[in-house]
Amino acid sequence: MLQIKNLHVNVEGKEILKGINLNVNAGEVHAIMGPNGSGKSTLAQTLAGKQEYDVTKGEVLFEGKNLLDLSPEDRAREGIFLAFQYPVELPGVSNTNLLKTALNEIRKYRGLEAIDTMEFLSMIKNKMKLVELEQSLLSRAVNEGFSGGEKKRNEIFQMAVLEPKLAILDETDSGLDIDALRIVANGVNKLKTKDNATIVVTHYQRLLDYIVPDFVHVLYKGKIVKSGGKELALELEEKGYDWLKEDMMEVQA
Amino acid sequence: MNEVIDFKKIIIDKFEDFKLNFNGSGTSFLDLIRKDALENFSSLKFPTPKDEEWRFTNISPLLKFNFNPLSEEPEIDLKKIDKLKLKDSFKNRIVFVDGIFSYGLSELNGLAKTIKIESLTSAIGNNNELFKLHFNKYADYSRNIFTALNTAYGKDGAFIFIPDNKIIEEPVFVLFISTSEHNQSLIQPRNLFIAGKNSQATIVEQYVSLEENIYFTNAITEIVVGENANLSHLKIQEESRSAFHISRTEVNQGRNSSYESVSISLGAEISRDEISCRFDAEGGECTLNGLYLIDSSQLHDTHTMIDHAKPYCNSHEHFKGILDGKSRGVFNGKVMVRPNAQKTNAFQENNNIILSSEALVNTKPQLEIFADDVKCSHGATIGQIDDESMFYLKSRGIGEETARTILIHAFASDVVKSIKVETVKNYLEEILDKRFNKES
Repeated sequence: MLQIKNLHVNVEGKEILKGINLNVNAGEVHAIMGPNGSGKSTLAQTLAGKQEYDVTKGEVLFEGKNLLDLSPEDRAREGIFLAFQYPVELPGVSNTNLLKTALNEIRKYRGLEAIDTMEFLSMIKNKMKLVELEQSLLSRAVNEGFSGGEKKRNEIFQMAVLEPKLAILDETDSGLDIDALRIVANGVNKLKTKDNATIVVTHYQRLLDYIVPDFVHVLYKGKIVKSGGKELALELEEKGYDWLKEDMMEVQA
Repeated sequence: MNEVIDFKKIIIDKFEDFKLNFNGSGTSFLDLIRKDALENFSSLKFPTPKDEEWRFTNISPLLKFNFNPLSEEPEIDLKKIDKLKLKDSFKNRIVFVDGIFSYGLSELNGLAKTIKIESLTSAIGNNNELFKLHFNKYADYSRNIFTALNTAYGKDGAFIFIPDNKIIEEPVFVLFISTSEHNQSLIQPRNLFIAGKNSQATIVEQYVSLEENIYFTNAITEIVVGENANLSHLKIQEESRSAFHISRTEVNQGRNSSYESVSISLGAEISRDEISCRFDAEGGECTLNGLYLIDSSQLHDTHTMIDHAKPYCNSHEHFKGILDGKSRGVFNGKVMVRPNAQKTNAFQENNNIILSSEALVNTKPQLEIFADDVKCSHGATIGQIDDESMFYLKSRGIGEETARTILIHAFASDVVKSIKVETVKNYLEEILDKRFNKES
């Protein structure tokens, strides 16, 4: 589904991603771990199409299409969803309005008709239960006055409504207590199908106890330095990132 | 320079003709006021950017036209008037065409037994006592040339009196329509709204034009809110893009009274709203909200003044601007808290969104606080549509145009929400939609 080939990305003139190679197939969960500053969020946001991030080299194919040529909205319409690490507050924009507009734009892009209002309302009410969000949140402004946990759950709720092919969770676990974490992970797991895929960007192994990955990749200084199965996450948890740095230095030496 | 002198000269010369049609004939008090006002007009000068209160608002384009102050019977194009969306939404309406009361277009029967809605001409003719008591008591013309001009020549407008204890659910619609018939007319509505003790009412004012013609509206509205009365006032200004609109609203608030106003400014080449509220007793509440939406070469100026002349009053101002093209916005909010006005709460905010690289806004709060046990705050922002918010919306599949529209609507939303008359709120939302969403 997703093929990243030798991706180099500059942010404010500085090279952050130094040649990323990654393949994600339908039905898979990939975890991207790494110490702070390794480029995890940069990778996530680059895939979503953040303008300020400069792709200097490399290629990204999504379902055979050149992703880097598409605008952020077209990437979303093709089926990519980014759950933000720090979801922005949108005073004056209701959650309902955002979702209905987004869903209809995606449907229009795919040649479908706009969704009927009643059908839409009953659909989103069901999906809210997935992440245990209060119904009253629907009429409120997006993320305004939401707690950290509510903001992250709102991201997953949006994901549930928009049904992406590839979901990228950018440190969705940061700032969450264990209960919120469980709810979020539960939601993500329920949305997994054999046809969609998930990239979980995380610093801590803890989330991966709940969202069990098929593949774990470690990002260090802009490169994927190690890949493995879910045991790799446990090894990292045990030994810390320093172990990897030593490992790398040995290789270089 | 010569052009300005001509304008003044025409006004003064035409006064003789005007006197012949004085509807104040027999009412000497009005004659005297008019003559005095004209003398003031004659001695006062039109403001220039050298005057502090007009520093960012250059009205010289207005002075190039020889506006005709003498009203002539307009021809009414019913087809065009029928297209006006709000007109038929209100059961009770008083309509003026080119400043002249139109009996045919007005609907005054509905509330005839409860409140008094009359054209000014009629109130003057009837020698209405209440009218005489309040007319010209609040909008002083001695130092304001536009007020002097209106007071000298204004002969029609809406006189609305809500008696003590009356609660009116249905809004009263005051509609000023300008036609294309007489180019370069000077239209000078003079309104007087009086809300009796314990009364409650909503007045909706709208200024529209049937054509994109050049004219000058110089309007004055004096408002008296009685003890414990509650008056809601909506003003929608949609003058022709080539017209000029200068309006002054003077509000006098009684004990425990509440005045809430929302001013929406969309039209005119140059528009200036002066809104002044004075607390004449304790316990008053004054809320002024506004939204100005300008583009191309439009200039809009809002000047407010809240006089906390008595203690225990609360004022709340929130004006928002959306500027595009090469437009210019001006906001000046004065709050005066007098030495004895303890326990005053005064809050003022002006937020602006600039959509183009050439639009400009000048915003200035002016708080003069002479009491010490008060809470006063002011804030002003000027910014653009937030990149982060745009990216968030796009990452959900929403296109550029729609995303911008959503964020602009969101910006305007709190002002829009403060409009309690549903038809007007929907009307404004439609305008916002059309203006910014080119896709639909």
